This record gives sequence, C-alpha cells and structure tokens, in this order.
Amino acid sequence: MATLAKEAADAAKAEGEAPWRRLVNDFCRSPLAVFGLVVFLIVVLVAVFASQISPQNPYDLNQLDIMDSRQPPGERSADGYVFWLGSDGQGRDMLSAIFYGLRISLAVGVSSAVIALALGTTIGLMAAYFGGRVDTLLMRAVDIKLSFPSILIALIIVAVLGSGVWKIVLALVVVQWALYARTVRGSALVERRKEYVEAARCLALSHSRIVFRHILPNCLPPLIVVGTVQVANSIALEATLSFLGIGLPITEPSLGLLIANGFEYMLSGQYWISVFPGVALLITIVSINLVGDQLRDILNPRLQK
Amino acid sequence: MTVFILRRLMQSFVVLFIMSLLVFVGVYAIGDPVEIFISPEADQIERERAIAALGLDKPLWAQYVYFLQGALSGDLGRSFRFSIPALELIMQRLPATLELTVAAMILSLAIGLPAGIYAGFRPESRLSKVIMAGSIFGFSLPSFWVGLMLILVFAVELGWLPSTGRGEVGTILGVTTSFATVSGIQHLILPALNLSFFNMALITRLTRAGVRENMLMDYVKYARAKGLGMRRVMFVHVFKNILIPIVTVVGIQMGQVLAFAVVTEQIFAWPGMGKLIIDSISNLDRPVIVAYLLVVVIMFIVINLVVDVLYSVLDPRVRLQDMKG
Repeated sequence: MATLAKEAADAAKAEGEAPWRRLVNDFCRSPLAVFGLVVFLIVVLVAVFASQISPQNPYDLNQLDIMDSRQPPGERSADGYVFWLGSDGQGRDMLSAIFYGLRISLAVGVSSAVIALALGTTIGLMAAYFGGRVDTLLMRAVDIKLSFPSILIALIIVAVLGSGVWKIVLALVVVQWALYARTVRGSALVERRKEYVEAARCLALSHSRIVFRHILPNCLPPLIVVGTVQVANSIALEATLSFLGIGLPITEPSLGLLIANGFEYMLSGQYWISVFPGVALLITIVSINLVGDQLRDILNPRLQK
Repeated sequence: MTVFILRRLMQSFVVLFIMSLLVFVGVYAIGDPVEIFISPEADQIERERAIAALGLDKPLWAQYVYFLQGALSGDLGRSFRFSIPALELIMQRLPATLELTVAAMILSLAIGLPAGIYAGFRPESRLSKVIMAGSIFGFSLPSFWVGLMLILVFAVELGWLPSTGRGEVGTILGVTTSFATVSGIQHLILPALNLSFFNMALITRLTRAGVRENMLMDYVKYARAKGLGMRRVMFVHVFKNILIPIVTVVGIQMGQVLAFAVVTEQIFAWPGMGKLIIDSISNLDRPVIVAYLLVVVIMFIVINLVVDVLYSVLDPRVRLQDMKG
C-alpha cells in the first residue's frame, strides 16, 4: 500500500514538473552532450564578443604589418604581442581572424537555419492541415528538392545570382526548407486527427490560430532536433561554398574563406593558416552535433520509458 | 512496371521543364542575356547580330522557345574562355569526373562493407567502437576539410602521394582513364579517398545495422543448427540480405558523390566538370554555367529513375504500382 501511495505521489510530482525541467534533467544525463553544449556556448560568446577579446582588428589595415606575414604560432609581432596561432600572408593575427570569422560563420549559419525553419514549418503545416491538392503539390515540391544534393542547389543559386552575404543566406534557406517541411508535416498529420484539434475547430477558431497555437507546439520536438543539426550543416555548407571561392565576399572572411586563403601556403608547410580556422570550424560543428544527438535521444517518443 | 516507368518519365520531363524555366528566368530575366551569351570583346555589329540570332528582341515567351530550341539541338552557346561550344567542353571534362566518382564508390564499398560486417558481428569489441566513432567523423567533418588534411598528411608531410592534377592517362579497351597508368592511380588515390569518406561512414553504419538485425533472425539460427560454419552463414546468407539496402543507398549516393565531386576536384585540381563549373563561376563564363546546370539536372533525373527501377528489381517486396513515384 505504502509503495503504491509513494508511486502515485511520484507520478503526481512528475506531472507537476515543468516539461522543460524534465528536458534539462534528461539532457544532463549525457556528460558528452553537456560538454558539447558548454563548448558551443563558449563558441557563441567568443563570436559575440569577437571585437572585445581579439588582440587585433583583422579588418583594420592600419594595424597590419607586412613584416609580420606568415609568422609561425608563438612568434612575437613587430608591435610586441604574441601570435598565438601564427599570422597569415598579410600579417594578420590568426586568432583574431578566427574570432571574427567565427562570428560571420555563426551568423550566416544560424540566421539561414532559422529562416528556413520558419518557412519550412509554415509550408509543412499548411500541407498537413489542408491536405488534398495543397498537400500533394507541396510535398511533390519537397520530394523534387530533396532528390537534388544540397551543394548542387546552392551552386545553382550562386551561379545564377552571384555571391554575397544575403545570396548565400538565400541559397542556404532554399537548401534547407524542404527538410523542415517534411519533418513538421509528418507530426502535424498525426496531431491533426486528435480530438483537441476537433475541439478547437468546434470553437470556430481561425485556421491560423489552430495551426500555429494548437498544432505547432505539439510538433516542436522533432523540429528542434532537425533544427539543431541543420545549424551545423548550414555552417559547414557555407564554409564549403566560401572555401570554393563562391561564398561570402573576401572583405569579411568567414572560416571557410580563411581556410581557403591558407591553402596555398599549406603546400609549403605553413600549415597554421589553414589548420587553425579549420579546427575552429570543427569544434563548432562537432559541439552542435553532440547537442543534437542527445536532443534526438531525449525527444524521441519511441525511446521514452 | 511499364506504367511506372512511363509515369516517372513524364514526371521527369515536368521536372526538367521546371528546371529549364528556372535556369531561363535566372539567366534571362534576372541576369542580362546579352552579357551572358555575347563575349565582352564583341564589337557593336557583332553584338547586334548576336542579339537578333538569339532572338533577344522578341517577347520573353518567344525567347524561352528560342532557348529551348537551342538547348534541344545541343546549342548552349560558346565558352568565352575556350571558344568551343559549352556542351562540348563539359563532355570533355565528364569522363574525369565519372572516373573519380566510380573510384570513390568502389573505395567506400571496399572499406565500408568489411568494417560494417565486423562492427555488426562483434559490436562489443574495441575495434568496432573505433570504427563506429570514426564513422561519426565521416558524417560530421566537412569534406573539404578532410581533403586538406589528406593533402597535409600524405602529400606535404609524408610525401607519399601527389596532391594535384590527374597524372598520366592511358587507354584500357579504348577508354581513356587514369586506371591505366601507375601515375594515374597514384593521383587518383587521395581525391577518391576524400570523396568516399562520407559514403564509407554511411555504408559502414548501414552494414552494421543490417548484420545486427539479421543475426537475430530465425534463418541464421536454422543455418547454424544445420551445422553450417559462422563464416558461411555470414558471407552467403546474411550478406545477401544486407545487400538490398546497400545497393539502394549506393545508387542514391551516386548522385550525391557526383555533386560533391565539385569540392574534391577543386581541392585536388582534378580536371573534371566540377572544377570547370567553379572556374566558370569565377570567370563569369556564363554559357558554360548554363550548359553545366542543364546537363547535371538531366543526369540527376536519369540517376533517380534508374535507382527507383533497380530498387524494385532487387527487392520484390517493393511494388512499383504502390510507390507514388
């Protein structure tokens, strides 16, 4: 009897517990994921405060000295401070360049993922909610989009529109929206048939209110998972495009462009110009993926006890 | 079957039509076709003649018909840089890309299959854990970064393999290929390894999952009870069953690899069509860009069609009539 009462009390407590609290507890069960989250938060902080913590402003040509070019890591500059990660062909401190590059890479990656999320979610919800012709048409577009590799689609857009920050963001959005649309449609189709939606309809609530206030919150878990992983993917894709020289402009080098700039020196053994921006890129991508993996595990209803 | 293929063909034409429309709008409405198809060095008379020949003085829909007519007869303009028809230029570069793609696929199967079978057969062993951890890197590392590291380690530090170009090509059975010469194969190893990395990880994981799933099935127990050795059960019985998803994935990934060859070709200066398109984008050689886009879209449509048909042939459980193509 006593155990039964205790179980009931536990259940009541568990129910009273805010969902996000349970989420945090579940998330913290994996030390690796917590580590990933901490690393990612540090990366974000570094990116946000890049101009405060960098030893040098890498865009300010007055601060650059050609005498400092291609110094190995640990060498002192003409002005006396240490190039912890070496300097590039123009005498730019790599550490500062990486901090600034990180900022651009993150901004482009995150903003394109968020725009794609909003667009894809709206399309997926519409397809699921209205069904019929709308659904067929939208999902056929998704199928066609997904049958082409992302790099190819990005290439087509850049080839037609030319490069530039907003064009790259557009390309990344076009690459990603279909994935969100398909994900949200899958869960929205299930939610649509549930009674609370019917109840909302009976209350004569507007379509948009039902879709965004009632159905959408219940479709969030898979979206969060896809969204996390997609931030990493879009950072990687932007880096790839910039590396190919068809991404962001040279005036504001992202990590991909820094790596590309160092490529020519790498063959003569000056590895640091390419390798350190690459390591920064990897740390960012891997930390996001660690977080994404754990989110996938805790938000997957099939794995929940 | 015939109905399915016909339906897919029709759908393919719709996609092709939409894509040609998109490329057309991109090139003609957003960009300036006069700049795109007429060399900047042309004088005024040449320009006017070309404008008339391209039908640029006509309304937009008529221009689209002109564009389609040109595309259908293989006339997609001449490359500014090479002064030969853009289509011909792409066809010249196509074999190098196909070679790289095929080599990468073979490599990812040759390494991914054994690694996956081992990891599935002995999931608890240390080597299996190393394999699985490695496969995560195969997924999450950007391919261009892996390429750089390959060059740094094997070309710069160790000096074992060349890092740029295609090397000497020879002829086997009338086909010009790098496989024919030692230098060609040496040049092929690093780019192919780079390009195969992602698929290696994918095939390893799929194989492992397939082996683990199939090992629990009754037919394996039955074969073991019959007294067959583990080796025979694994390589004759289980292997056949895990092959179906792998063949499908290889088919689908073929297109992905072909597209990602763009990155690999650029890093290793491999003279394929991927390097051509990047060079053309940087040099504003627009006829080549347009031709490349149309050729690649056609290739993709064909690949997707072949994969769907192959899938149904391999796995009789899939009935094409049910698939909403």
